[in-house]
Amino acid sequence: MKELIEKQKFTGLSAAEVEEINAEISHYEDKSAVSIEALKIVQKYRGWVSDECLIAAAELLDMSPAQLEGVATFYNLIYRQPVGKTVIHYCNSVTCWMLGAEKVRQRLCEHLHVELGEMSDDGAYTVLPIVCLGACDHAPVVMVGKELCLDVIENTVSEILGR
Amino acid sequence: MATIEIDGKHYEAQDGQSLLAVCLSFGLNLPYFCWHPAMGSVGACRQCAVLQYQNPEDKRGRLVMACMTPVADAMRISIEAVPASQFRRENIELLMINHPHDCPVCEEGGECHLQDMTEMSGHTFRRYRGQKRTHANQYLGPFINHEMNRCIACYRCVRFYDDYAGGNDLQVFGMHNNVYFGRFEEGALENEFSGNLVEVCPTGVFTDRTFSAHYARKWDLQTAPSVCIHCGLGCNTAPGERYGQLRRIINRYNGEVNGYFLCDRGRFGYGFVNSPERIREPLLDGRSEITPQAAVNYLDNLCQTAKGVIGIGSPRASLEANFALRTLVGEENFFLGLNDIEHTLLSTIFNILRNCGIHTPSLREIEQADAVLIMGEDVTHTAPRLALSLRQSARNATFDLARSLKIAPWQDAAVRELKTQIKTPIFIASVCATRLDDIATDTFHGSPEDIARLGFAIAHRLDDQAPAPELMSDAENSLATAIAAELKQAKCPLIVSGTSCASIAVIQSAYNIAKALPSKDKQLTFTVPECNSLGLAIMGGGRLRQAFERINEGVADSVIVLENDLYRRAHSQTVDLFLQSAAHVVVMDSLRNKTAEQSELLLPTATFAESEGTLVNNEGRAQRYFPVYAVSEPVRGSWQWLTSAMEDSEWRHHDDLTAACAQAFPDLAAIAQVAPGAAYRFKGSKIPRQPERYSGRAAMFANINVREPAPPQDLETPFSFSMEGVTAQVPPALLPVIRAPGWNSNQAVNQFEEGVEGHLRGGDPGMRLIEASGNLAWFNDIPSAFKAEEGQWRIMPLPHIFGSEELSLHSAPIAERRPAPKILLNPLDAQALGVVNGDRLEISRSMETAIATLPVQIETTLPRGLLGVPAILPENQQINNPERVTLKKVAAEAENKPEIFL
Ligand code: SF4
Ligand code: SF4
Ligand code: FES
Repeated sequence: MKELIEKQKFTGLSAAEVEEINAEISHYEDKSAVSIEALKIVQKYRGWVSDECLIAAAELLDMSPAQLEGVATFYNLIYRQPVGKTVIHYCNSVTCWMLGAEKVRQRLCEHLHVELGEMSDDGAYTVLPIVCLGACDHAPVVMVGKELCLDVIENTVSEILGR
Repeated sequence: MATIEIDGKHYEAQDGQSLLAVCLSFGLNLPYFCWHPAMGSVGACRQCAVLQYQNPEDKRGRLVMACMTPVADAMRISIEAVPASQFRRENIELLMINHPHDCPVCEEGGECHLQDMTEMSGHTFRRYRGQKRTHANQYLGPFINHEMNRCIACYRCVRFYDDYAGGNDLQVFGMHNNVYFGRFEEGALENEFSGNLVEVCPTGVFTDRTFSAHYARKWDLQTAPSVCIHCGLGCNTAPGERYGQLRRIINRYNGEVNGYFLCDRGRFGYGFVNSPERIREPLLDGRSEITPQAAVNYLDNLCQTAKGVIGIGSPRASLEANFALRTLVGEENFFLGLNDIEHTLLSTIFNILRNCGIHTPSLREIEQADAVLIMGEDVTHTAPRLALSLRQSARNATFDLARSLKIAPWQDAAVRELKTQIKTPIFIASVCATRLDDIATDTFHGSPEDIARLGFAIAHRLDDQAPAPELMSDAENSLATAIAAELKQAKCPLIVSGTSCASIAVIQSAYNIAKALPSKDKQLTFTVPECNSLGLAIMGGGRLRQAFERINEGVADSVIVLENDLYRRAHSQTVDLFLQSAAHVVVMDSLRNKTAEQSELLLPTATFAESEGTLVNNEGRAQRYFPVYAVSEPVRGSWQWLTSAMEDSEWRHHDDLTAACAQAFPDLAAIAQVAPGAAYRFKGSKIPRQPERYSGRAAMFANINVREPAPPQDLETPFSFSMEGVTAQVPPALLPVIRAPGWNSNQAVNQFEEGVEGHLRGGDPGMRLIEASGNLAWFNDIPSAFKAEEGQWRIMPLPHIFGSEELSLHSAPIAERRPAPKILLNPLDAQALGVVNGDRLEISRSMETAIATLPVQIETTLPRGLLGVPAILPENQQINNPERVTLKKVAAEAENKPEIFL
């Protein structure tokens, strides 16, 4: 896992990232309006946003690193630590919580031998909580990568992970 | 005006104001967190809930946030109704879920807004038994502690630091129940006003780190009204003492001057008072066997027998001390202690303020400006608190727009959302980049001559009677036209200039612009370097050079130097020669310095915290400071040493001296009314410096002597060194501490103001001495453009908030933040010399040997031919004049350490 993190760490941003961010900047009056977009671009290339990338992106947007960090840490879907190839978001909002979200989390973590936010040893998975995936009528709900899994019960967990 | 009904009582209030602000100014106890009088409302904390009724029949009402509700006529509300008070009690219970239970070890305790509001809301029992979220704290530099667990997420810190003070390194991270207020990474907070977080944060997250080192509760501190002595603005302060040590400085509200905020130099620069460098006893020839009486006799004798005694005054000593010296040595033998440049600049400024007929604004008035031109100053470094006010003027265009959209100015979030291209026009002409550039519409960087020429050009465009400079570049011409156009349109334009680029032409051009402006509400203000610079200019006296001549030519043989390190003002060879030529040198000062070292008789003087006096700030406002605690003999106030040496003097008391000084100078006539004198009694007694809960008085010195000593007598001021008496309702100039029943933090000030953010009830302290009158002619001396000369550079001292002021630099936390010794150079100049950042250059006066060797920092905004030097750092005293020097690269092998050759 260590090597994996090492591999993902770059100093600054790649030419492609800079180009895409600059293209976004050209649409706005105020560079800081591109904050979220810039973070998403970095994440698209790297899977997460390292300190180095964040500092470089902040410079590009004429912001202080702290200002961009404020944006980055506000959003669940911007990862400021390395995450596995697939991120599993389980909903822990009211309905899912009532219908067993805790159990789901426990099963996911046990199965993958990770705590919340950690990357599994093979670098494949990270489990994170999220607030409401908009499918409360099918609680508990889990999102695996970009795929929504509804009415999750204990054996669906192993099913999900088995795939 | 609107009539509103609160809990059955009727009140008159201004339409459209925030209901919370109005309730507070009626003295009603309505708790709040996220609202701040200077920063308005965002409705984030939900603590200020009240019940609002629809109409006279409505019995139920609905909950509204008072801070977000504009006052309207016939409004009916209740603070006390059960649904409102219950909501507030439960709201605070929720805010406190994660808050620790350890007030006794928290440094906010005893002056904590959270404690006060919790009490006020009636949340007296904690039901929550679960885990609390905890955070790691950050190291934020030498000024501020960080204890994030105490945070209640009111957002006031970032609203002050970012929105109000223009910082960007303190932010909020995370979301919902897990927000963190801190820096991206550990390190000193960069903004020059970070210290205000101590008072802005309603909890113990941000506390004064310098205070931690010798902490005492607010109720255990002895306090008296004081005035900051670290620049020329004269912010009002409340210093606190315990065990004979000055423990901290907090803000003392003055509606016209500093309002709610101080700068970090003023707040954290006090350490010099406790410094081991203090002079504690009289020394004759460096030996301590002289008694105070013998010292007085010596001084008296000297004045009787010497061939001629001259006195050198000081812009960091009070009017009274300077006046006493002037009287002791005689008017014709009194010199102001300013070098030629300072002297000329200050008298030029005084002449303009006195005779030009243009209003000099207070800081409050400055915040009203709708167009600003700064001429030659990096205000953040020369008059810090003024920079904070200018940041608020920068918002006036947005406020105008908000008003036109019917958004009240106190609706902070809404007003700040109005991100538009409309900005208050602010122009900055300076030597190189300044800390206010982020609010500038446009900037100009040039030598002082070029700044002045731009100024003259602007004036000429506003009024063609004003003289015009010749041979301006096209860029300069169009900039001048643009600036003139903006200033001409403004209703309340402000011109800011000052002494820091050491150029009379800059000051004169600033006057020409102000004179040329059509608006009748135009304002002109100048920064001055020291706390009594303007007072000294009003008093008048000879120049330092003339004092040197008196001694060197043998006209006089003795000199008394009052609180003035002459080595900061002239070349060391010159001062050496002067001090060596004098047969007798008497120095009076509080801290050891090079001048003091050369004295025959050295008299230990009290600092601002231990003495009384009157200072005149840059606005011409005379303000009185009072001793916070009694200093022990043989340290005395300068005025006391001086008056006791006048055998037949009638001045036994400070009041006598103030009165005599007021009488001697018509322009100072009002100083006697600045504050009531020593005879003043409030409800029959003197005003206590100690709060009524002051603890341990009987025992605090028991380790020295078990007998409780009698409290020292104060014969000079209306204050006593005791806890007996009352402080509520004393005149504002005599208000030692801000506290009201139920309000223990400094936010209690709302109980003392005429309306929130208004004047103090009874009038803001201080007397303005100079009101605009007369009309000066145009200044015609337009300098020619600066030309960089091959192989020559001109030194440009660049003041720095941490370092350029003498006394605060003796405070360790300030010294930690001072700039490293260095020189700034234009990139092309650096290229020509073959140096890069960090390389060292040897600086020489023409035809002389090297005077200093310093590392280079490349500064793109600095014009060619200028050499920027952080002003008057101790190492830099030799390179502090705008003189021409040559530079030579030092071979790389040479040891990489700055060297100064004295
Ligand atoms: S740190 Fe203080 S000011 Fe900032 S949000 Fe927390 S309690 Fe409020
Ligand atoms: S701005 Fe000047 S007077 Fe005010 S606190 Fe700072 S140093 Fe003191
Ligand atoms: S003070 Fe009104 S909501 Fe915070």
